[in-house]
Amino acid sequence: MSIKYSEDHEWIDAKGDDLVVIGITDFAQEQLGDLVYVELPEVGDECSRGENISVIESVKAASDLVAPVSGSIIEVNSRLEDEPEIVTEDSMGEGWFIKVKLSNPEELNDLMDEESYNTFIEE
Amino acid sequence: MSEESQVRTTPFYQMHVDAGAKMVPFAGYEMPVSYPLGIKKEHAHTRQFAGLFDVSHMGQIKLSGKNVMSALESLVPVDIIDLPVMKTRYALFTNENGGVMDDLMVTNLGHNSLFLVVNAACKISDYDHLKKQLGSNYKVELDEDLALLALQGPKAVEVLSELAPSIKDMTFMTAKQLEINNIDCFITRSGYTGEDGFEISIPANDADMFASLLLSNEQVEWVGLGARDSLRLEAGLSLYGHELDSTHSPVESSLNWALSKVRRSGAEREGSYLGDNVILKHLKDGPDTKIVGLLPEGKMPVRDGARIEDENGIQVGEVTSGGFGPTLNKTISIARLKTQYTKSQSKLFALVREKRIAVEIVKLPFVKHNYYRG
Repeated sequence: MSIKYSEDHEWIDAKGDDLVVIGITDFAQEQLGDLVYVELPEVGDECSRGENISVIESVKAASDLVAPVSGSIIEVNSRLEDEPEIVTEDSMGEGWFIKVKLSNPEELNDLMDEESYNTFIEE
Repeated sequence: MSEESQVRTTPFYQMHVDAGAKMVPFAGYEMPVSYPLGIKKEHAHTRQFAGLFDVSHMGQIKLSGKNVMSALESLVPVDIIDLPVMKTRYALFTNENGGVMDDLMVTNLGHNSLFLVVNAACKISDYDHLKKQLGSNYKVELDEDLALLALQGPKAVEVLSELAPSIKDMTFMTAKQLEINNIDCFITRSGYTGEDGFEISIPANDADMFASLLLSNEQVEWVGLGARDSLRLEAGLSLYGHELDSTHSPVESSLNWALSKVRRSGAEREGSYLGDNVILKHLKDGPDTKIVGLLPEGKMPVRDGARIEDENGIQVGEVTSGGFGPTLNKTISIARLKTQYTKSQSKLFALVREKRIAVEIVKLPFVKHNYYRG
């Protein structure tokens, strides 16, 4: 399945079985600048779409990671707690944030594909 | 009128854009917050080599008239009358309640004239304040046709002396007027990073050429406002609106060092500035609050506004500035605390997003100053 994108500049990679990996886009990473701290949710937490689930701190400011989908958090990338710079170096890969088991897979249909996202960030 | 409609640019605007800077509105100006190097590397570059900062948004004010030194002295708790020619001093405009209206740098140009550098966000109110308080006997000129650059870092002296060898002899907080490549430069050995360095005032028309000249040296990189803030935070230097404001006296903001002896109780030119009774009382009885350094446990930044509380959850202060200190690779904060809690053995916590983080009180600066005193 292809990667989807949210208006909050997250990528959502659907792995099948209603499982998704979520991270922030390269565009978001560039906007934030050097990251110094990432606060992750707990494994087992439930999240609903639109809810703040994580805090990303750059040198300048703190920003929220907004859940692009609803579900339960089954894994977090705890490497980010000590090495937030991996998000800067590889936001689409090693710098993933969380894995979520979707409670409402239909929500994926509301996300953008790569082409729409690229248009979205150009605006 | 909305803020956006009045956003101004400095003479270096096009150079910043060409350098790939991320521009943000700051104090009414479009300013570079960072360049492609990124805040952390810009910060490190300044600590190791030389960072070039556009600070043209700041106010450059020339004050002149007979006895101008005593005139300015009536507005600051600082010794201006004895300030030698081409020496620079840190000062504070106070209000009637002893609070701080702005902090500034004052240089004595000689011939009854003074040169002031004030904060961008306060420059209009400072200008009005000077006009109103000093009356028509003095000339107050807010010069908008000047650019201001700061060249900061251990290599700043080497870079600048290649263009003007005589600047090597300057010591911290002294000034010099000279020509570099036919450009009129007014240079002070000062800055806002804790490093050795210079602030250079030049005519706006020559701004591009002069900056290009400095940048042609490979030890020099543009550095944005982001790193300017992390550098001054590590150096424990006050930022107006954070550690200093109109509701706290300089004593309550731990700036006693800036209050000249000769203006204190019992001295020759005691008081006689706005709010003198409050400030002299705070000096005598001790202030209710102080500014201290904090080292929070862990890596989470503890930023301005965070509540500081004791073991029992009673609020004892608030963080005034905080964030990541790249040189220390640690989270660092500056806070205003009630005086009785400023002892280092106080067990205190910061509250960030409802989490309690233990904080340790430490001496400022976090990174030692590296000024050239000769």
